[in-house]
Amino acid sequence: MNDGVNHFRRVALLWLIATVILTPIVVLVLAPGMPPGNGSVEASGQVTDNTVLLGLSTPVALAVIVFTGYCLAVFREREPAGPIVDGPALRGHATIQTWWLVVTTAMVLFLAAYGSVRLLADGSGSGQGPNPIAAPAAASTDPPLKVQVIAQQWMFTFRFPGYGNVETNHLELPANTLVQFNVTSLDVIHSFWAYQLGVKADANPGIDNIAYVTTKGPLTFNIHCAELCGVWHGYMFDTGHVVSKAAWNTWIQQQQQQFAPATKSLDPYSRAYFPEPTRRGG
Amino acid sequence: MTTTTAALPRTPQPLWRRLIGFNLLAGIVLGVVGWFIGWVIGTHIHASSLEYFSEEAGENDIAVLLGYLFGVIGFLIGLGFANYPIRRLLGHPPTLAEHESEGEGVGRYFRLCTDHKVVSIQYLVGIGVFFLVGGINAMLIRSELLQPTVHVWGPNQYLTLVGMHGSMMMGMMTSGILGPFANWVVPPMIGARRMAFPRIEAFTFWLLMAAGVILVTTIFFGGFQTGWTGYQPLGAEGTAGYDAYIAFFALVGISMTLLGLNLLVTIITMRAPGMTWSRLPIFCWAVLATSALMFLAPPMLVCTLTMAALDRTAQTAFFIASNGGSSYLFENLFWVFGHPEVYILALPGFGIVLELLPVFTRKPLWGYRLGVAGMLGVGLLSFFVWQHHLFMSGIDADLRPFYMLSTELISLPTGFTFLCAMGTLWRGRIRLTVPMLFCLGWMFNFLWGGISGVFLSDVPSDTTTHGSFFSMAHFHYTIMGGLVFTFFAAIYYWGPKMTGFKLSERLGKIHFWTLFIAFNSTFGPLFALGFMGMPRRVVTYPTNLQGLNDWVSASAFVIGLSMLVFIYNVISTQLFKREPTEPNPWHSKSQEFQLATPTPVYDFERIPIFDPDPYPYGVEQAPVSPRVAPAGGTA
Repeated sequence: MNDGVNHFRRVALLWLIATVILTPIVVLVLAPGMPPGNGSVEASGQVTDNTVLLGLSTPVALAVIVFTGYCLAVFREREPAGPIVDGPALRGHATIQTWWLVVTTAMVLFLAAYGSVRLLADGSGSGQGPNPIAAPAAASTDPPLKVQVIAQQWMFTFRFPGYGNVETNHLELPANTLVQFNVTSLDVIHSFWAYQLGVKADANPGIDNIAYVTTKGPLTFNIHCAELCGVWHGYMFDTGHVVSKAAWNTWIQQQQQQFAPATKSLDPYSRAYFPEPTRRGG
Repeated sequence: MTTTTAALPRTPQPLWRRLIGFNLLAGIVLGVVGWFIGWVIGTHIHASSLEYFSEEAGENDIAVLLGYLFGVIGFLIGLGFANYPIRRLLGHPPTLAEHESEGEGVGRYFRLCTDHKVVSIQYLVGIGVFFLVGGINAMLIRSELLQPTVHVWGPNQYLTLVGMHGSMMMGMMTSGILGPFANWVVPPMIGARRMAFPRIEAFTFWLLMAAGVILVTTIFFGGFQTGWTGYQPLGAEGTAGYDAYIAFFALVGISMTLLGLNLLVTIITMRAPGMTWSRLPIFCWAVLATSALMFLAPPMLVCTLTMAALDRTAQTAFFIASNGGSSYLFENLFWVFGHPEVYILALPGFGIVLELLPVFTRKPLWGYRLGVAGMLGVGLLSFFVWQHHLFMSGIDADLRPFYMLSTELISLPTGFTFLCAMGTLWRGRIRLTVPMLFCLGWMFNFLWGGISGVFLSDVPSDTTTHGSFFSMAHFHYTIMGGLVFTFFAAIYYWGPKMTGFKLSERLGKIHFWTLFIAFNSTFGPLFALGFMGMPRRVVTYPTNLQGLNDWVSASAFVIGLSMLVFIYNVISTQLFKREPTEPNPWHSKSQEFQLATPTPVYDFERIPIFDPDPYPYGVEQAPVSPRVAPAGGTA
């Protein structure tokens, strides 16, 4: 089909126009809605990451869609019922293939490097296991508030080793504070997901899985189990709050008083708990 | 080996006589007998071991597992898989012709047959039935999610449905393209007269069917609550329904390993003269890469599930932390299998798209070597990415940047496939037939699957999306949008060759457009639901998500509707109209379409000699049909 039209330049131009128009729209319109919102420093960081990924994906997706759409519109057989006519025997194009390889490799390496740098900066709220390598900078100067998250079928409880090892049913956190979650499980694998805080860490039996988060202002956040843990997995959720430091101090004192009898009879604080051997009955 | 003995003249026998013998009926009877033998043995073992091991005698896992084991052995004996080894032991000569030539009728589909074309049809129908069961499970899941609270199913039934849907699709559909289509077209494409191991070929099919039935029996034992991943120690807590999951997936693993081995050996050793590596059709390359994964990855699964079974029966503690095991061990072992597994699902689709595009653009495949490199690259890399399933698990944090890199590297070879597809479309004479539409549907769907994969591979972003509906939407875009769309492309494309009857193009177009629109309308919103914080596999969800969930459920039912159109199409054209089609309805220049329809048992009379390139489109007077070896050549 040698019709004297430079199809390649047309496709490139269409793609360029689409990219220039759509990428800013996608980034500016969708970025504010990117999860998990600005509930914590780590959550804001994830919003930034999602926005960067979205901005980079848009031209790639447009390239495939514009190119394929152009081919279907321009090169479609006009007379499908007519005799079968072959197209030109094009078998490849070394320059295009080389450039494709170079560009995609550069993008992939950039994405991996960017993600690694972002991850290693503050851990991004993800569970890092017992020996975290990426704590927020503040952790070295200011000891974080430690909260042990104990998952079991089918609820989370929260233990505060800095406050007489009191164990509470619900989670409240002080505002503008670096928090260290030590996540563990008493039975099967769970996952502690505090959505608005941008925290997710699996709870493995006998493992101390550490995740950091730096809270901002007052916030209500949803806690959900994110790993299938048995029949009532769907019901393993709770609501937590970030409150002002003064209000939090009042709350933790109340909890200490309320649970004092229970705290006394609990096992001493431990990084991980090995309960009785598995019971049957999921 | 010359096996051109003419079929012996037979006197027609009465129906009751034809039902007796080594066939499906005998297999079912012996399977049930075997189940009870295993059950009785297991009950005795269990009773005597109680005082040593088990704290509670409520569940008898040993009896259930032995029942499945003996049941499968009985089933296979009933089908006649023991006949050949026993005959050889008794000194009879080796033979392969014992089953192909007899019973030209429908009967051969219900017994052990070593003709690769019969096995392919068996695969297609068998897998189709289980695909339907898995699809109905999905409809039932979406019915429950119409409302934020429990209203149709209890939590246990719901999770069992989720687990059955996942296992059915991941287990049975793994062979969804290699079983029906690679088994049919690879021998003609490479110029072989049969597969390398015809008996093993039949064995993989019947084993898979036994596995599928076993999975369904889980509902008699309380179901299983673990989903298709079967994580421990949750599985160790489960009722005997989890034993069905173990037996099912272990048998699927064995079937997959052998299917991969068979195809691998066939492609490596049985190529006809002239079929050099650089002339191998791209679909065969995809099958080669896939079957290498299939041969290497599933043994890991079989071992893992054996360990899980031992934890449940012999009171070992591989995965039970309180007794010295590790829950990480199961996650790692499972995903060392599980990640190659998802590429086993995706890769044949790449091959089908690149194989079909040249036919419907009337152009040679663009960038053949790049396409081959893409498939081999995906296959190789797929073994080095499994820990991205454990990004949040707290496993060694230092390794995460490496797995982030290796995961994102997979988009390079995947991109090669896209480049080849786009290059093949360029300046082609594109005919929008039904198979072509499904290939284009693959391009659209897999694009979103790939892009969402970038979000999941990036740990900071993955913190939100991991284990959410976002990841669920991602793998449905790659597997349903990838595998299932190409599965249908293959049915519409090779169907006329395999059965001799073409599916209706008009109904096919209705099928495609309803499926394509409903698919995107179902799984697109799931990305949003995941972003909004909805975890996977939950039976309840916040009320503010009900609108989107209802939309998704309604769209899912439309997917079901589109499948009804397809089923009607199959039944009306294949069973009722039965209008014979020409041998090459697509004017394809691929080798399998140069054969006669119906294709003779041993495909070629003599081994052909290949000299054309596999895609001679747009080349003046290019030879298409392979030359046939002169008499006296290797046959």
